Amino acid sequence: MITPLLLGLLAGAILSGTSLLYATLGETIVERSGIVNLGLEGLLLVGASVGFSVTAVSGSAWLGLVGAAVAGALVNLAFGWLVVTRKANQLASGLAMMFFGFGASALIGAPHVGAVIRGLPKWRPAWLADVSWVQTTTLFKYDLLTWLAVPVAGFVWWLLFRTRWGLGLRAVGENPNAAFASGRDPAVFQYEALCLGGVLGGLAGAHLSLSVTGTWAEYMTAGRGFIAIALVIFSKWDPRRVIVGTLLFGGAEALELQLQARGALISPFVLEMFPYLLTIAVLLVWGGSRRLAAPASLGRTFYGSS
Amino acid sequence: MPEAGVISSLRNSNAARAAARFVAVSAIALLVFALVLLAAGKDPLSAYAQTFRHTLASSYGFSELLVRMTPLLLTAVAVALPSRLGLINVGGEGQLYMGAFAASAAAFVLPNAPGWLLLPLVVLSGFLGGAIWAAIPGALRAAKLVNETVSTLLLNYVAPLIVGYFIFGPWRTTENSAYPESSTFPPGALLPTLFGTRIHAGLLIALAALAVYWFVMERTRWGIEMRAIGGNSEAAQRLGIAVPAWIVAALAIGGGFAGLAGMGEAMGIAGKLRQTLSPGYGFTGFLIAWLAGGRPVGILFMSFLFAIITAAGDTLQISQGLPYAVVNILLATILFVVLASRGGWGIGR
Repeated sequence: MITPLLLGLLAGAILSGTSLLYATLGETIVERSGIVNLGLEGLLLVGASVGFSVTAVSGSAWLGLVGAAVAGALVNLAFGWLVVTRKANQLASGLAMMFFGFGASALIGAPHVGAVIRGLPKWRPAWLADVSWVQTTTLFKYDLLTWLAVPVAGFVWWLLFRTRWGLGLRAVGENPNAAFASGRDPAVFQYEALCLGGVLGGLAGAHLSLSVTGTWAEYMTAGRGFIAIALVIFSKWDPRRVIVGTLLFGGAEALELQLQARGALISPFVLEMFPYLLTIAVLLVWGGSRRLAAPASLGRTFYGSS
Repeated sequence: MPEAGVISSLRNSNAARAAARFVAVSAIALLVFALVLLAAGKDPLSAYAQTFRHTLASSYGFSELLVRMTPLLLTAVAVALPSRLGLINVGGEGQLYMGAFAASAAAFVLPNAPGWLLLPLVVLSGFLGGAIWAAIPGALRAAKLVNETVSTLLLNYVAPLIVGYFIFGPWRTTENSAYPESSTFPPGALLPTLFGTRIHAGLLIALAALAVYWFVMERTRWGIEMRAIGGNSEAAQRLGIAVPAWIVAALAIGGGFAGLAGMGEAMGIAGKLRQTLSPGYGFTGFLIAWLAGGRPVGILFMSFLFAIITAAGDTLQISQGLPYAVVNILLATILFVVLASRGGWGIGR
């Protein structure tokens, strides 16, 4: 009785956690370079709408993924032009990108509302498909993005903490003046981080529309971008902890769906509040104490070494 | 006290700056709209002529602009007031919904109260609903636990769910089952309308709120203390200003104004509680406050301008078949151009 619920919960947590994971990883890279991108919600929406539209037109979900990744990178490069080149306020610029994402995604997705697409193919490895208890669940039947989620998190960790590029990027986020003095151009690192973060954010949005729901609806990301920003703090800007955080939040969402599907006597409105309240609770418990783990120059504009 | 001449010249430069910003934003808006229309294969000039006929050129259109301006004024003050302390309130949308919710609660709990009692109670509840909702991020920020930008944004998603719970549940109307909304408010809870138009008493409340905001900021000790916190909160703390209390108070009062906006939409326009109460007034208010530099005169002008822009969005949606989302793109573009221009815009500076 309880086992199917738990297995369903785990399967759901992994499925809904995937897009959060990619979004949080992208924001982690960006914040490690000293930039806060509050426009992540808009970025996810652009990824979801472009991914869906390209798939609906071309018939290929793979092309949809490529389109979403490219669109995500472009959106973040526009944001970068504001905050890096024009040295504009990061919070206001992020909100500008949020508005842009709201509007642009609605415009891009409008012709394809209700379109039926073939989403990302899901499969289960042969050696798992033979296990009898696995067959009764939706567990371990995932698309490529979900299968790659943990490896990508590991890769981002390796990139940030085991490569020269990562060292330079973190140096820029901690102290751009010192990084500049040691011969690194902060602007180049920040643009590269934004580009990478944009690709991951675009994929995160596309995973929602191409795999989780298989449809496009306005504002379908429903605040996941803001939850991801909170998860970056929760995971102390460390990609390995991001895996844990996104599983937790994916689990919260899965629990909501499982309870609704099983006709629990809790109003769906109350259940839907849960992820947002959980996010605030997480920030409440860990937000203050983790400030020391944040990149020292997070949110500050680098005006050149003087 | 600086000399009178200095004050008047400051005021002139403020007015000049407000006017310059107004012109600049109008020009950007006209240009961007024209580009969007051209891209969609429409004729911008005829669309503009049509928009002008439907808004500024007719008395009905003009009255509708004032109707639209009412929530924008209030949600802009809701952002501007905390911004003077360096606080970023992006939760106007949620505070608006909670104001409408609390006002509705007052109306449904005391339907038979006499009008002289019920209406003030409804207005007060609207204020308190938004104020309490905004006091949560305020308290979390004052205790240095959670940054108010993220918490106000997240609470925007919770407030409409609370409204949804009640209009799908206890308050659901029996008359119209296809479209979920609350039953109609008792007549005594409704805001009186003016001049036989849809302009309601909320406009007067909004203008009063703007005047109070100006007076408190420019003419009282409270205003000096708040601006001192915005300038350097550590120094203000050492001077004996109760910084944490001010942080909670500023966000709560700001949220209260946004709550009044929601109360006005429910009690002055809709006559019932709906989940589609606001097409993003809270976010537009943020933009207005930001573009106006948090200054009262600027807020007045920018609110009017954004009333025209959103009305134009509606007109174009109906007549030209453009999705309303275009307005969001327009808002983003205006903000984008302004941010990129490095012209000393923004609030709290």
